[in-house]
Amino acid sequence: MNTNIKNIKKLIVNQSLDLDCGKTIKNFPLAYETYGALNKNKTNAVLIFHALSGDQFVTHINPITKMKGWWTIAVGPGKAIDTNKFFVICVNVLGGCMGSFGPREINPETGELFGTTFPVITIKDMVKAQNYLLEHLGINKLLAVTGGSMGGMQVLQFTSLFPDKTYSAIPIACSASHSAQNIALNELGRQAIMADPNWNKGNYFKTDLSPNKGLAIARMAAHITYLSDKGLQEKFGRKLQVKGNLKFSFDADFQIESYLRHQGSVFVDRFDANSYLYITRAMDYFDLTKQFDGNLASAFEKTKTKFCVISFSSDWLYPTRENKEIVIALNACGANVGFVEINSDKGHDSFLLDVPEFLKTLNEFLNSIYNEINNEKRI
Amino acid sequence: MKKEFKVISQIIQNDKRVLDIGCGDGTLMEYLKFNQQNDVRGLEPQKDLVQKCIAKGLSVIEGNAEKELIQFPKKSFDYVVLSQTLQAFLFPDKVLEQLLRIGKQTIVSIPNFGYWKVRLQLLFKGTMPMTKNLPNEWYNTPNLHMCTIQDFVNFCSKKNIQIDKSLCLTNEKISEITNNNMIYKNIFSQLGIFLIQ
Repeated sequence: MNTNIKNIKKLIVNQSLDLDCGKTIKNFPLAYETYGALNKNKTNAVLIFHALSGDQFVTHINPITKMKGWWTIAVGPGKAIDTNKFFVICVNVLGGCMGSFGPREINPETGELFGTTFPVITIKDMVKAQNYLLEHLGINKLLAVTGGSMGGMQVLQFTSLFPDKTYSAIPIACSASHSAQNIALNELGRQAIMADPNWNKGNYFKTDLSPNKGLAIARMAAHITYLSDKGLQEKFGRKLQVKGNLKFSFDADFQIESYLRHQGSVFVDRFDANSYLYITRAMDYFDLTKQFDGNLASAFEKTKTKFCVISFSSDWLYPTRENKEIVIALNACGANVGFVEINSDKGHDSFLLDVPEFLKTLNEFLNSIYNEINNEKRI
Repeated sequence: MKKEFKVISQIIQNDKRVLDIGCGDGTLMEYLKFNQQNDVRGLEPQKDLVQKCIAKGLSVIEGNAEKELIQFPKKSFDYVVLSQTLQAFLFPDKVLEQLLRIGKQTIVSIPNFGYWKVRLQLLFKGTMPMTKNLPNEWYNTPNLHMCTIQDFVNFCSKKNIQIDKSLCLTNEKISEITNNNMIYKNIFSQLGIFLIQ
């Protein structure tokens, strides 16, 4: 991985943060990016939480990878999350590899990179850390928090932890507790990384070698889970990479094979293998229901936030059923909640793709909140 | 807004919590929210209508009342509204039970199958009736369990459901149903609107 992460926005958090694992961290960096302008009353801020493989560069060109931001389809001037209207903030999660405190940072006690000596972090730790940035920016109440997948989990944790810190929340394609299937799939990815001899128990930074093969396989496996059977069949079917006959070898005969290989190889250029271990672990440990002794409704008991839960019909990783459990819990405690399942063949990845019904719903919900806040001001 | 919704909104007091079952595009919800400061929620099975509601800033959940009502706590709403949908459920009695559980009071409206035009069509034409309130053919109607105003009142007394208000609607005109005018109202009303608990 080749990154120059010096010229990005960073907040060094001076306060100490007690992690769920029992350790305490302080003076740690949080890398973040903002888009649009914060209004005078500081009421137009939208905090976006990124997913497993995302980072703070939501839109425009990512200055490190030189690729488009991961949510360019939804965020920007005139887009669903309109940066002409909203002040968009996104923070690289704790454990990440785009400048925030993670396994690629130097351990001040040893002077060496953390690697696997980095503490195991949780979704709650990530969210608590990001709150320091809000305090730093002087934002008392956000207009919205949103995110898909692991981003959605952070939305749930944030609204549970801070019942009156955001007017609205849009958890997308997520779950209140990570399912056995999802833990299994994450474990598959981690084992692929750890089985790569270059991983070297997480100390690969001491050598010139990186566990690129393991990380690429982890990404390939994960990528399949982000799509749907129907989507794959329609896009690739049995199409061959080179027209004509099969090669009778183990080269990538099928287009789907070379597509996955490509996904794997571009991923290793921008992502750190140890970060992948830490972040997937944080997802696995996420169980908001357990945090509240088995009653998810208690997680939102004090909430003043207006929710809009969105799921996708072909998402089998975070199926509608799991999203609906969140809706049921919110209803059970009398919270203000709307819910819609968007029809899409694009699987879990739908939230990152051009799915017009989804983008429209996102846009219209945010605009309705914007109008409500501004009408309130007039009264 | 149609007359039926005006009548329903007049029954509902200001600043109360309301759940609208089968809220459609949210017309009634919007009226209650902005004119009567009601705290409103909706449940609607059709995706495109749910999206319309969300666009208006209304909190609507996509779902089917026969499956979803169980998630709402007991007496969590001051009013639960069910407009002209009771007859479309597989188990209207079970749905009604849920409505009464969730709402301190429940407002139910039903298209009256005892309306004289309905009776005459069946009697003289010998075909399934089609009217303004029952616009579909027998083969594509969503209505599974049609009833008359009399049927509904009988049902309430059988199930010990208290009727606080019974109104009927004919050609935009609203009037009250009493024990004395029941037979007459059951013939001449297109719609019955009941406040029950």
